[in-house]
Amino acid sequence: MRGRNLFYFAREGAYNMFSHGFMSFAAVGITVACLLIMGTFTMVAININAMMEDLENQNQMLAFVEMGMSEEEARGLESQLLQVPNVSGVTFISNAQAAEEFRDRYENEELYTGIPDSNYRHRYAINLKDIGRIAETKAALDAIPGIEDVRAAEAEAQGFITIRNVAGVVCVVLIAVLFVVSIFIIANTIKLTTFDRRDEIAIMKMVGATNGFIRWPFVFEGLLLGLFSAVIGFFLQWGLYEAIARSVATNDTINFISVVPFAGLWHYVAGIFAAAGMVIGVGGSLSAIRRFLQV
Amino acid sequence: MIRLTDVVKEYPNGTHALNGLSLEIQDGEFVFLVGPSGSGKSTVIKLLIGEVEPTEGRVMVNGFSLRNIQEWQIPYMRRTVGVIFQDFRLIEHKTVYDNMVFAMRAVGAGPREIKKRVPYCLNLVGLEDKSRQLPSELSGGEQQRVAIARALLNNPSTIIADEPTGNLDPARSLEIMRLLERINALGTTVLVVTHEKDLVNRFDKRVVKLNQGKVVADGKGYSGRKAQ
Ligand SMILES: Nc1ncnc2c1ncn2[C@@H]1O[C@H](COP(=O)(O)OP(=O)(O)OP(=O)(O)O)[C@@H](O)[C@H]1O
Ligand SMILES: [Mg+2]
Repeated sequence: MRGRNLFYFAREGAYNMFSHGFMSFAAVGITVACLLIMGTFTMVAININAMMEDLENQNQMLAFVEMGMSEEEARGLESQLLQVPNVSGVTFISNAQAAEEFRDRYENEELYTGIPDSNYRHRYAINLKDIGRIAETKAALDAIPGIEDVRAAEAEAQGFITIRNVAGVVCVVLIAVLFVVSIFIIANTIKLTTFDRRDEIAIMKMVGATNGFIRWPFVFEGLLLGLFSAVIGFFLQWGLYEAIARSVATNDTINFISVVPFAGLWHYVAGIFAAAGMVIGVGGSLSAIRRFLQV
Repeated sequence: MIRLTDVVKEYPNGTHALNGLSLEIQDGEFVFLVGPSGSGKSTVIKLLIGEVEPTEGRVMVNGFSLRNIQEWQIPYMRRTVGVIFQDFRLIEHKTVYDNMVFAMRAVGAGPREIKKRVPYCLNLVGLEDKSRQLPSELSGGEQQRVAIARALLNNPSTIIADEPTGNLDPARSLEIMRLLERINALGTTVLVVTHEKDLVNRFDKRVVKLNQGKVVADGKGYSGRKAQ
C-alpha cells in the first residue's frame, strides 16, 4: 500500500466514523463496556492467581519423621525428600524446636507445656510448587521409609483451585460472548456507512477500483472505532480498578486481600485492550463488507 | 476490440434477455446500439462491464475474456472502458473537480497525474470554468458532460454509454452526441445505446439493431441492411 493511499484511507475512515456520530458513539460505548467487563474479569483472575501464588508460597505440608529416630538420621532424609517431584523446598524442624514453638503458642495451658521434648517428633516443613498436585505429592512423601505421617491442608487448597477454575471458565465464556457482541455492533455501524456510500462505491467499481481499495476505508473505520474504545476503556478501567482497590483496602472484613497495584498491570491492560479493540474493529468491518463487495 | 459470440443471457428469474447474440466492434469504431424496450441493450452493456456473466457464449473486451476472467482482473478490465449512464451518477456533495479527483484516486492515481489529467478532460468537454460548482448547480447536459469527462480520465480505449441523452432535451442531446463523436475522432471506440431515431439519423454511423435478444440489423443508418 502506498503512503498517500494509507493517508487517504485513514482520512476517509475517520470521515465515515464522524459522519455517523451517534452510531459510532453507540458502537464505541458497547465496545468499551465489553472491554471493561473483559478487563475486570481478567484483573480479578490476575489477583486470584497472585493470591494463589502467595498461598502456594505459604503452603507447607508437614512430614513427620518416625518416632524415636535420632536427629542425625532424620536430617539424612532431606535429600530424599527433595527428590520428590513438586517439592520446591524443605526445612528441617527438630523435636526441640517444635516443642518450643508449641509451648510458645499455648503459653498459658499447663496441659501442653508440660510435655517433654522426646514426645515430639522431628519433622520437615515441605514447600510445594503446585498445590493442585497436593494429593499425589503427599502419597509420594508417605512412601519414603522413615516418614510416618504427612499432613496437608488438602480441603483448603482444593477450594482455591475450584475458584480459580470456575473463574477461568466464566472469564473465557464471557469474553467470547462479548467479543461477538462487539463485532456485531461495529459491523452494523459500518454497514450503515456502506449503505450511505453505496453510490460512491458503485462509482468506484465502475471506474475500476479494486475491491481492496474500496474496502480499506471501512477497515480503517473499524480500526479507529476499536482503538478509540481501547483508549477510553483503558482510562475507565484504571479508575475503576483504583476505586475497587481502595474500597478493598478500607473494608475491615476483606482488607487481608492484597490487591496487585495497577502500576504493575497497566501495560497488560493497555496491550490487551489495544489488541482486543483492533480485533473487534477490524473483525467487525470485515464481516460488514464481506458480502456487499461481490462483483 | 469488443466481440460477443453466440451470447445467451438468462437472468436468475428465467428471463432470456439475449438469445445467441453475436457482435463485433473494431477499435476506433463509433456504433449505435438500438432496439425496442426490453430487447437486451442494457444487458449487452452489463455484460461488457462485467456486471453480469454470460450464460453461454463468449464475451471479449479489450483483450479480456469475460467468461473466464478472474475476479481480481475485473477492475483492470473496467479501466479500459469508460461508462456513461442516463442518470449521470455524480457524487452530489462533491464539486465537479472533486468528482474527477475521486474517480482518479479510486484507481490509485497520484496527485501529479490528477493535476494534469483533470483539467485536460474538463477542457475537452468544455467545462473548465465550472470545476468549482456542485452537480446540482449544473444543467442536465453539463452534468452529462462531467460524466463523460470522468469516463475519459483513465484514458480508456472504449467508451460505453447507456442512453446518455435519455434525460436531455433534443438540443442538449445533439451536443452530447457531437461530443462523443469528437472523442471518437481522437481515437476512442464508442458504443452508444439509444432509442432516439431522429438523433441517430443525424449521424452517418454504424447502427446495430436488437430485437428479442438478437441482432436483427447491422449497417449504416437506422434502417440499415438486415443482418444475415
Ligand atoms: N436483473 C434482471 N433480472 C431479470 N430480468 C431482467 C433483469 N434485467 C433485465 N431483465 C430483462 O431482460 C430483458 C432485457 O432487458 P434490458 O434491460 O437489457 O432491455 P433494454 O433493451 O435495455 O430495454 P430499455 O430500452 O427499456 O432500457 C427484459 O425483458 C428485462 O425485463
Ligand atoms: Mg436499457
